[in-house]
Parts: sequence; structure tokens; C-alpha cells
Amino acid sequence: MTQMSGAKMVVQALRDQGVEVVFGYPGGAVLPIYDEIFQQNEIKHILVRHEQGAVHMAEGYARSTGKPGVVLVTSGPGATNAVTGLTDALLDSIPLVVLSGQVPTFLIGTDGFQEADTVGITRACTKHNWLVKDTAKLAETIHNGFHVATSGRPGPVLIDIPKDVQFATADYVEPTASKPRHYAPTVKGDPAMIERMVEMIETAERPVFYTGGGVINSGPRASELLRELSEATGFPVTSTLMGLGAYPASGKLWLGMLGMHGTYEANLVMHGCDAMFNIGARFDDRITGRVADFSPGSKKVHIDIEASSINKIIRVDVPILGDVANVLEDVLALWKQRGSRVNRKAVAKWWGQIRDWQAIRCLDYKPSQKTIKPQYALERLEALTRGRDRYITTEVGQHQMWAAQYLHFDQPNRWMTSGGLGTMGYGLPASIGVQVAHPEALVINVAGEASWLMNMQEMGTAMQFRAPVKQFILNNERLGMVRQWQDLLHGQRYSHSWSESLPDFVKLAEAFGCKGIRCDNPADLDDAIMEMLAYDGPVIFDCLVEKHENCFPMIPSGKPHNEMLLGEAETQGVIGAKGAALV
Amino acid sequence: MLNIKKGASSHSAYDLRDPNGEIIESHTLAVLVDNESGVLARVIGLFSGRGYNIESLTVAEVDHQGHRSRITVVTTGTAPVIEQIKAQLGRLVPVHEVHDLTVEGPAVQRELALFKVAGKGDQRIEALRLAEIFRANVVDSTLESFVFEITGTPEKIDAFAELMRPLGLREIARTGVAALARGA
Repeated sequence: MTQMSGAKMVVQALRDQGVEVVFGYPGGAVLPIYDEIFQQNEIKHILVRHEQGAVHMAEGYARSTGKPGVVLVTSGPGATNAVTGLTDALLDSIPLVVLSGQVPTFLIGTDGFQEADTVGITRACTKHNWLVKDTAKLAETIHNGFHVATSGRPGPVLIDIPKDVQFATADYVEPTASKPRHYAPTVKGDPAMIERMVEMIETAERPVFYTGGGVINSGPRASELLRELSEATGFPVTSTLMGLGAYPASGKLWLGMLGMHGTYEANLVMHGCDAMFNIGARFDDRITGRVADFSPGSKKVHIDIEASSINKIIRVDVPILGDVANVLEDVLALWKQRGSRVNRKAVAKWWGQIRDWQAIRCLDYKPSQKTIKPQYALERLEALTRGRDRYITTEVGQHQMWAAQYLHFDQPNRWMTSGGLGTMGYGLPASIGVQVAHPEALVINVAGEASWLMNMQEMGTAMQFRAPVKQFILNNERLGMVRQWQDLLHGQRYSHSWSESLPDFVKLAEAFGCKGIRCDNPADLDDAIMEMLAYDGPVIFDCLVEKHENCFPMIPSGKPHNEMLLGEAETQGVIGAKGAALV
Repeated sequence: MLNIKKGASSHSAYDLRDPNGEIIESHTLAVLVDNESGVLARVIGLFSGRGYNIESLTVAEVDHQGHRSRITVVTTGTAPVIEQIKAQLGRLVPVHEVHDLTVEGPAVQRELALFKVAGKGDQRIEALRLAEIFRANVVDSTLESFVFEITGTPEKIDAFAELMRPLGLREIARTGVAALARGA
């Protein structure tokens, strides 16, 4: 046992948890911890420009590495600024450990300077949180925090540390000496259920693997096993926004993303299948459309690590509570042991049907010689970066959906996007977090100009820490997705959905000391993208795109999968008042 | 361990209750938790945040050495909603066990209540007579009032309240339901 101050304990505990990077912002209530950070070199501290940025950076770091992201903020406004990021991480199941300073214990409850009820405020947006009132319990609480954040369904935790607790001394508790924790979610699937899943694979005539973020969260092994199972069965694979990359987009069984802006073939496969295998997805409302008409003819298997996700929205026939990699391992073992086979004839017929749907070419768009179509911009970005060690982050909106449709991911952990919460302002800081974790990689944030402005101050962070992130802004001078909805269901009354008084992004780049590129001509686009890729440092790329492009295909809210709109479809009046409420 | 066993559809292939049932059921849940700061707020916040009902709630530390509390919640909802409530409770880190006493077998449910009844003459005599029938104890009395202590099922306490109302009922304090499964 070593005696040390609470502040030193924080740094020691982070070190013992293998933390390499902390994203943070100092303030009165965390000064003792910052003093300890100053006196060591093992843990790198990335100084952000706003605490929300710190949390999104930690998310980008976590999602691209599989390791928990760590954030350090001060009390009061420092902690409240972290709330959006915490909620984002909770909805997308990203493991984070956020440490916040708090006023000294004797001031708690007196409305002290920079006091906020941080554990009260963050109770609903963390997986768990703690207020540590005793230095003797600090180290153990931090170790426990890492355990909770990373086990089961991952998520953010917050540990609130009053300033006097940081100053006081106590014995440091090693991670191994920490008390056994009862929190140990089930990871191994029920063998009886696994057997039923294998039986369903054997008999399925119109199957689909519907995969989600759980495959990514389960670790790289889960993606390998998914590929193995897909190859063994020859079943078509689709994925949610969060699961892109688990099965390679270049794979022959790939249908593209499903859901509201998913491909025609993926959604019709979901609607028409007789056996649905949900692997680590959660039947989100962007996926199901009208629940009553969701995949009416199928038996459903659902693999999820969280009991509350099973039967929450869609009743399933075979619930498997467990970790994706663990369950798929058992499924494959049983599959081999039984010498199983699929119903080849029926599955071949199903593929025939799927080929017909694919022949619609739902992602085709009207090309233009005059303006850059956003789809074209992303096609070119994909073509010019394919094969590179590439990570993509996005903001939220039309550009995000187009990125999901036109960029292709062959590996997990390469795609960072705010899926559940839909947080505008996520992409720029997330890209910095990814770049910090992978200094040599190409990291691109596909952005819309409106989202990007929400956290643009983080360009300062990118400059300071030499993170050569590429900000690829599809600038339509509109809040594109809002505009699209107003176009489709609010009588084209474009209430406050355009971007007035935009900055000159090239000059903005210069002001930050990085490179700015503007492109508005399709003929110049390739050269401009190559210039961005060649530049050794951060780039703000202002790609002026078609202003009134809508994102298709699209399942209007409140409609089933088989009533989706294609690009050329007449879109006026398709969404009823009931659907408008579901947006 | 997430200890959601009997009656939880997430652990069983077959749930014999009507999944699409619109019938509102009342369930009594026993939730064993670490008695740590904020644990009650977490449980209550879960109910309010997700739009579930709380009919009654009691909480007290039942294991002082292990710092465990037992929260008894009476809640209402359709069968799928009750399943969700149990699963969501099971997610909370300080929650050790969730038992649905309504599903897991017969259970005893008791509530304690205090009734202040003021009156004179025949009304007072009638109140005292009914209290005896209900096996309520007089724990305070003045020349013009009684405080009765009564224990029983919520229904019994409701019935007693109805009878006391015309006899000068002034105030009621109820503890909410405490419940245990019958048998060993």
C-alpha cells in the first residue's frame, strides 16, 4: 500500500488502467489533478477548446481502438458541457470514463462557485456515475468505473471528485486488489437457443443477417466470426449505420445499409425474409419503420448483450442473451459439429429475387456537369482514398447518410458516426480523437457546413496537437436534412433551415493556420481532393455542392419497408400527418 | 449477475402471456440494491424517464453489514411493459436482483397506515368499533381524536379509509407495500 494524494491517485489509476491519452480542460476544481499531470510524461493530455469536444474526441478514440476513452473536466460548466457527449456515448454504447472536478465536500449543496449537481445531472446520461467523498475509495472507484464502462454493453461512466478529496491522502488500491464487483453481464448464450438458431439457419428459405453496432463493440473477433458464418451459409448481410464495416462492403453477400436511408434491396430483404438473424442491433425506429408491418413473415433471432434490448420493440422467436463473439463462436461450433447445410435451392432462389432488387440501382442519381452532386463528391472521395489506411467520421444529416451509402468499409472500427443521438458537432472532434489514436492514418470528417460550425473551435486543438484531420465539408448552405423534411412534409416552407452569414471557410482555415481548399466545379474535384490528401496537416475542404439535393432512397416515417421512395419518385404528399410526428 | 429469472421472457423462449395484450397488469417487484448514494433516484428516474408508473414504493436497508436495500415497487403496465421494466431495472449497476413477486409465485403483501380520526359521541364510538373489527390499534388518543395504526393489504387499508371517511377522517399516512414471496 502506498500513501498518496487523491490527485496523484487519479493519475496512478489511469496509468494502471493502461490509459495513454486524456482529453480535457482544466479549471478550479481539477487543478490538483492537472498539477499531477504536469509532473509526468506517460499519459498524454489533449487540451480541447470546449468540453463537448473532449467527450466526442474520446468517443472517436474509443470507437476506433476498442479501448475506453478518458475525459477530464472541471466542475459546474465543465461537467454540464460534457452532457451532450455523455448522452451520445450512452446511446451508441461507447465506453468512456469521464472524471469531473467538484467543489470541496464541505461546499456541496451551498450553491458554491462552479458547483453543479453533476451526478444528478448525468445520472440519466451515463451507464453509472459516482461522487467520491472519501480519498480512500477513489482508486477503487476509478478501477470500478473502467470495469463498468467496458463490460457488458459498453457505455460512459462519470466519476465526480471534490477538490478536497484530491488534496487528501490515503492508501492507493491496485486494480487487482479492488473488491470483486457483482456487475458481470452474461456473455455466453443459452445453448438451447443457439441450437434453435442453427436449426433456423438450416431451414431458412429467405434469410438475412441484420447486423449492428454490437458486432463492432464485441471486438474484431466478432467481425471475423460474422464473416465466417456468412461465408459458411451464403446468406445476405445488411447492417445498421452503427455496424458498417463488420461485414466488408466489398463482400459478395453485402446488401448495403438498411433503414430509413438504406438501400432498396436491404430493406426489401428485411421485409420479405422468412428468417431474420439480428446480430447486435436493437430494432431502432430508423430501422423498423412502422412496427406493425415490420418484416411480417419472418421468424426472428436476436443476439444482444442487453436483456432490455430483447423484445423491447419487436417480439422475437429466439432471444439469445450474450456477447456477439461468444455466441457466434458457439453457433459456428455447433454448425460444424452437426455438419449443417443450408437449404441451397431456396437460398439460391432468394438471391435471384435479391439480384432483381439490386438491378433497380437505388443509389443512382442524376449526374451534373455544372454543380457538384454530394453523392458524386463522396464517390470521388471513396475512389481516391480506397486502399488507404483510412478512418471516416461524420457529422449528422444528409451528408452522414450519403457517406454511409457511398463510402465503403471493409473493416470494423473505421467508421465513427453519431447514430443514436444524432449529435451535430460530433464529427470534427471525433476525427481528432481518431487521429490521436492513429497518428499515421488518413482521418477524414465528412461534414455538413451547419454541423461543422457547431464545434469548429476544435480546429485549434487539431492545430496544437498536429492532428492532420481532413474536414471534408459538403456545403449546401442548408440544414439539408431539415430542409428535406420541410420539402417533403411541411409544404416546402423552409423555416430557418438555411445557413446565412457563413464564414469563408478558406479564410477560416488560414486563421487557424491550416490549409483551406474550395471547390465548386465537378471537373476540378479530383485534383482538389488529391491536394487535400497530399497536404501534411489539417485541411478544411469547402466543397460547394448542389443545394437542393434530397437524400434517397428513403422510407418515409410511419411507413413499412416495402413503401420506400426512390430518387426519382414523386415525393410530395407521401408522408401523412402521423408520419410527420415520427420524424 | 443480472438475476432476472422466472417469468422473464428474455430468458425463456416461451412467454405464455399475450404479447400484444393491452390488459394493464399490476406487478409487485422486489429490487435488491447496493445502498449507495443516489440509488433510489436512479430507480425512480428510470420509471419517470421511460414513462412507467409507480403505484407504491418502499425502501429501507435490510442488510446493514452488506449495505443492501430492498426496494418494493408496485407498478402497472401491459405484459411487455412489465418485462421492459424488469430488464431496465436489471441494467442498473447497483441492482443485484429483480424479483417479480406477482409472477414468481404467491407472495404476502403488507402495508402499514396511520389514520387520524376526529369526532365526538356516536361517531367516535363507531370509529373505535370499526377499528377493532379491522384489528387496528389506537396509538394516540385525545378526547376528540384517535390515531389508528393498521396493517394489511392495500385493499384492506383502502376499505378502512372508506369507512373512516364519514366518521371524521382527517389524515392518512401510508408506508407503501412491503412484500415477500411465500414459503422458504
